[in-house]
Amino acid sequence: MAEITLKDIIKEENLVYKRSKIMTNKTLSYCPGCGHGTAHQIIAHTIQDMGIQEQTIGVSPVGCSVLMYDFLDLDIQQAAHGRAPAVATAIKRLMPDKFVFTYQGDGDLAAIGTAETIHACNRGENITIVFINNGIYGMTGGQMAPTTLAGMPTSTSPYGRDTSMMGNPLKITELLAMLPGTYYVTRQAVHTPRAVRQTKKAIRKAFENQKLNRGVSFVEIVSNCNSGWKLPPVKANEWMVENMFPFYPLGDMKVDGELVNK
Amino acid sequence: MAKIRGAVVVDVEACKGCSVCVVACPSQVLDLAKEVNGKGYNYSYMKNPEACIGCENCAIVCPDGVITVYKVKVA
Repeated sequence: MAEITLKDIIKEENLVYKRSKIMTNKTLSYCPGCGHGTAHQIIAHTIQDMGIQEQTIGVSPVGCSVLMYDFLDLDIQQAAHGRAPAVATAIKRLMPDKFVFTYQGDGDLAAIGTAETIHACNRGENITIVFINNGIYGMTGGQMAPTTLAGMPTSTSPYGRDTSMMGNPLKITELLAMLPGTYYVTRQAVHTPRAVRQTKKAIRKAFENQKLNRGVSFVEIVSNCNSGWKLPPVKANEWMVENMFPFYPLGDMKVDGELVNK
Repeated sequence: MAKIRGAVVVDVEACKGCSVCVVACPSQVLDLAKEVNGKGYNYSYMKNPEACIGCENCAIVCPDGVITVYKVKVA
């Protein structure tokens, strides 16, 4: 058997995976190893697979992902801090046949935007919300967020979050699953290939649900913030598995409008 | 039994050297280079190309989408 060389393998007909066409050529502004990038790739691939690039409108938040409109070749509106679900509500009501999604971090969705999030979910707007939870305000320098774990050191809680003084971490996804307006609520991650494949399925389902007009599809992605956590990317992922997942367990919380009993 | 051979192409200038792909590879194909790219990152490269099975694991976890995967069946 003749030895097969790399040149024989690297040919257009043998291609199995490449960067989605919906991603622009711009270099992502995220830190090396940041889960935001992986989440962007998943969304781009999902939209490409569904063939809905022309019909999709995104709403970008305030935070690290504020520049999402530069990275995804879609129609995107940037919203005021935390107000992405309100803006998405307006877009979806005016253009009900479009696929509308918001992409928000935890400082945006679970802190300043709590009211908008809860009310949009309670009204049962027919939108998709992608929520990236890294337990910290990443862009502004790693300050404590509502989702910061108890005892977790941040730049504004250097000795760890003291729950007696600073309150408890907020499980907003569990809260939203209780609301009648949500149709699909799940929590996923993007740190391993397996997690990425499951997240892709979840995001696909969240977009498909918009055809049914049954309410909000909410996908939380537990992610790392290696700069904010002051860890190298791989170590940050390990830290996330050890510390974030026990408090934020992965899995579906509500499927097809029914709470999942665990 | 048909054998599967894969290969990955890393966009060296766009790679940020986070090494998430190195950990994700089930057959220890990838590693970070000693050299750096234009931005000063130790980019990812195929250290052990014979072992690649084209499973896409490295590419789907890559936050910057710099990896392209090719796969071929060898009879």
